[in-house]
Amino acid sequence: MMTEISLNVLDITENSVKAKATLIKITVEADTAKDRLTVTIDDNGCGMTPEQLSKVTDPFFTTRTTRKVGLGVPFFKQSAEMTGGTFDIRSEVGVGTVISASYVLSSIDRMPLGDMVSTMHQLIVMHQQCDFLYSYSYNDRRFTLDTREFRETLGDVPFDVPEVSRFIKDFLKENTEEVNAGQMII
Amino acid sequence: MKSLAELQAIRDKMQGQVGLRAESEAGTRVIVGMATCGIASGASPVLNALSEAVMTKNLKDISVVQTGCIGLCQYEPIVEVLEPGKEKVTYIKMNPEKAMEVVEKHLIGGTPIYDYTLQKAMK
Repeated sequence: MMTEISLNVLDITENSVKAKATLIKITVEADTAKDRLTVTIDDNGCGMTPEQLSKVTDPFFTTRTTRKVGLGVPFFKQSAEMTGGTFDIRSEVGVGTVISASYVLSSIDRMPLGDMVSTMHQLIVMHQQCDFLYSYSYNDRRFTLDTREFRETLGDVPFDVPEVSRFIKDFLKENTEEVNAGQMII
Repeated sequence: MKSLAELQAIRDKMQGQVGLRAESEAGTRVIVGMATCGIASGASPVLNALSEAVMTKNLKDISVVQTGCIGLCQYEPIVEVLEPGKEKVTYIKMNPEKAMEVVEKHLIGGTPIYDYTLQKAMK
């Protein structure tokens, strides 16, 4: 079991990277009026066949050969459903996969959102072959990060150069704080 | 607030520094296991601490990268250190504090910490 929602995002997005996605859209939306926290990971990777899709929430299904269990998707699903929320996964071969987990924000069983800044920073810096579109919102305040804009500005300077890596982390941190405006989702 | 203009300035500073990439690949590689097993046991704060240290201490020829599951889930978080011309060192059950010790004693000091290795656990 993961201890934070952000760790589920990190883990699930690794699947998109392995599926050779070139664009991964990650959305985190908190809506206090609807009492919902919705997390969506949308990729343009290789997708899954209907047969694979039907097995993906089974903990004893994995495409790995190093171990016999695959807990990533089951953990994510369980974390949302135990709050009274919902979980949805759609996939099509050659098109991509969309996974969405919706949590009841006020549920005592909802795990903390955790460190989304570090999660996004790690994903962006460690997987430079992919572009990321990250959107974070709290009620009507929102910010978006698009690595395609970074790439356009940077030319051939990679994201893992210390100065660039630091910029990306600070960019995420400052914008997240602005959106939270002191009302951060715990 | 950070802006793209700031990124442009970084780019201008970096341009002309050819072979950024090639250099980092010839140096030491620090590999963190980041599959479900690694993440669930706390690999993310470990990776975070390592890349922070490399950034703040300005360790030039060290790159922090990640890998999947190597089938030793019970020993996660696992950190492997690959130095050119030396045998691979596998650290097990890491946390950010132990990772910082590895940075100081092994990556900077040059001496692996035997107590944290897989080799010791297998003995």
